[in-house]
Amino acid sequence: MTKTIFSRTGRRVLMPALCSLLLSLSALAQDTSDHQYTSESIQTGSRVYVQQCALCHGPQGDSIDGVNLRQGQFRTATSDEDLARIVSGGAAGGRMPAFNLRPEELNGVIAYIRAGFDPDGVAIRIGDPARGKAIYDGKGECSACHRINGSGHRTAPDLSDIGLIRTPAILEASLTNPASTLQPINRQIRLVTRTEEIIVGRRLNEDTYSVQLIDSNEQLRSLRKADLVSYELSSVPVHQPTSLNGDEIADLIGYLLTLRGLE
Amino acid sequence: MNTLRQLRTLLLGLAILLPGTQVFAQQDVSYERILNAQNEPENWLTYNGSYASQRYSTLNQITRDNVDQLELKWVFQNQVFGAWQSNPIVVDGVMYLTQRPNDVIAMDPVTGRVFWVYKHTPAENARVCCGANNRGIAILDDKVYMGTLDAHLIALDRVNGKPLWNIEVGDVNLAYSVTMAPLIVKDKVIVGVGGGEYGIRGYVVAYDAETGEEAWKFYTIPAPGEPGHESWDDEDWEHGGAPVWITGSFDPELNLTYWGVGNPGPDWNPYQRPGDNLYSDSVIALDADTGELKWHFQFTPNDGYDYDSVQVPVLVDREWHGQQRKLMLWANRNGYFYVLDRTDGEFLLGKPYVKVNWSSGLDDNGRPIPTRQPEGMPTWPGNQGATNWYPPSYSPRTGLFYFNSWEDYATIYRAEEQQYEPGRAFLGGGFTVLTPAQGAPGVGIGRTNPVNTWTDEVGHAALLAMNPETGEPAWTFDQFDVSDGGILSTATDLVFAGGREGHFHALDARTGELLWKASLGGQIAMAPVTYMVDGVQYVTVISGNAMATFALRGQE
Repeated sequence: MTKTIFSRTGRRVLMPALCSLLLSLSALAQDTSDHQYTSESIQTGSRVYVQQCALCHGPQGDSIDGVNLRQGQFRTATSDEDLARIVSGGAAGGRMPAFNLRPEELNGVIAYIRAGFDPDGVAIRIGDPARGKAIYDGKGECSACHRINGSGHRTAPDLSDIGLIRTPAILEASLTNPASTLQPINRQIRLVTRTEEIIVGRRLNEDTYSVQLIDSNEQLRSLRKADLVSYELSSVPVHQPTSLNGDEIADLIGYLLTLRGLE
Repeated sequence: MNTLRQLRTLLLGLAILLPGTQVFAQQDVSYERILNAQNEPENWLTYNGSYASQRYSTLNQITRDNVDQLELKWVFQNQVFGAWQSNPIVVDGVMYLTQRPNDVIAMDPVTGRVFWVYKHTPAENARVCCGANNRGIAILDDKVYMGTLDAHLIALDRVNGKPLWNIEVGDVNLAYSVTMAPLIVKDKVIVGVGGGEYGIRGYVVAYDAETGEEAWKFYTIPAPGEPGHESWDDEDWEHGGAPVWITGSFDPELNLTYWGVGNPGPDWNPYQRPGDNLYSDSVIALDADTGELKWHFQFTPNDGYDYDSVQVPVLVDREWHGQQRKLMLWANRNGYFYVLDRTDGEFLLGKPYVKVNWSSGLDDNGRPIPTRQPEGMPTWPGNQGATNWYPPSYSPRTGLFYFNSWEDYATIYRAEEQQYEPGRAFLGGGFTVLTPAQGAPGVGIGRTNPVNTWTDEVGHAALLAMNPETGEPAWTFDQFDVSDGGILSTATDLVFAGGREGHFHALDARTGELLWKASLGGQIAMAPVTYMVDGVQYVTVISGNAMATFALRGQE
């Protein structure tokens, strides 16, 4: 079996995903509600997080099972007071140690978590969700590949909770420069089996000996690499950079941010 | 009738006697036994299998021809969180294993059934950077020894698991810890301390194994007036890290113990601590009786990348470039493979085995030529290193040195000034894993998600079979995910190893050909070990939350 990368349009992107450049949902919420956290506090929390938390929780806050700090998914905590208690007292039967933080650091790290790991608050224009939905359903032709709450196709990632898991900056980039935000696991793949079946789809998982995908017929498939004669991996998404104008992009982002899954 | 009854009584008496003889066979584990561990390959007496730390077994029941007949004999389940890095010790029909945070379990290595469990609850303020790890016990005479997360050393009765003494190795309030399996040498039990992310001053310390009384202590950062102190500026040495958190090796002929020393602190700001920062990122050779430093070799001076040199020092006597030598083989976290003369630390060979861009090469003395990357640019290898603490293996039969490496893995470092504060993280900045897209996941410190969301584009493993003569691998075995798996090799030219995907592999030690695998489903971090009980050879490996033990089909 040969494995090749096709449709490579450019060099491998060298810059990392810097969550620090992204506007968060919580920061967005500050437009319409009281400012709960100052940007100074969030920045303090950013430093504390990198120094004290990131080794275990990971730079994206998702390295611990059942916990996704950036998305506000916790095992037991609900309130900010819960978070403060866990950080100060430890959790999970000692598997998370207690941290002896100063009050401004403790507040900061909670602010940073609540801000969706966005220390800088780069402004992304957020438009009208209703107009955005019309674009999604209409000229954007998004549902030809994507699915929301049981409606649309499944070949591209489901967007029902995209507002929870992507920042506005990432959403904008994925519309205007989709290759820059395509997560490697989501790459399109094209397989040819020993029985000459051609399978095209989106990768779901892979290990040394097998690959799992959702194919163009929306079937879940798992193939042993030993049964393949060819495995091609695309470095670009199926969809091209959008031709929508700036106002339409802002509206579409506004709509996508309202998609928060089943709560 | 009477005769029959008498016969039955006699038989019953014999049956009662038989288990008695087995108990009698569980002798104390003398130093001489450990010294001559090669004479009893049915046991796995020390962390690294022998003082030379080759993790090579002469057991030969499982061969290249029958390895595909391995079947699962038992599983021991655990409820640990994160990588389970404990190495089992097997002696005279008893296996000793640790589980998080600081439990010792004694069990039957044939069935996995437990004799006893000893639980130590570490102090609440115990602090370790990277998981509540314990990598196993050491055994000597009638005692087993465990280091703890709150920097204690505990001696237990090896038969009933009751504590005999419990001493403080380091100050838990300053984030000292012990995660390694202790090393026994003669009548001493020796440990090092962790805490390199918390501004400790590292050391290796030896205790009288009988009483727990301190025998000697060697600080891995020299104090004022001691040689090497000039490699530190001002007061930096007081909180300069240099932990020792992996079990060392011992050469009885030279009477030297060898230890890999960890990173200087703060980790990611080398500008804050100018100088070479001895003996961080070094191997040190200490007199086994006195702890006196005989020689050192520093792999990464003034390290700004967290390139702990906590790899296991592997001791090999062999012909090298036409000359019989006492060698030390070392695949370092910094991306270079080294061959040293372990009598005096002379640098013999050094070559990169992955992409390296923090240095453009090594000079004649093995000192790296630094090529620090500009701010914001990626550094290869990344923060978790080209390899790390997980134990390699050396086969005297093949002459090859086996270890798991990380390829295509880079991080972007950020240095920041940081003041030391007692007991708190002292990192001096941060790092980000290089990923091909915004918001894409980087390689985590372990695998807790069964979906490989980072993929091989962010890093993947290659098991290398390194030729020490050339510094070039004889073969490589690629994996899609990264691996923190250690290695076992055997006299039947088998190599056993796993990785984060949970595949447990048996490879041909000469060619790298895959001969057998089992999908165990959880990340494999520690190396497998092998042992024999009642004529049956077992291979056991920890995967995720379970220890899985194999033997050939039909063998019970």
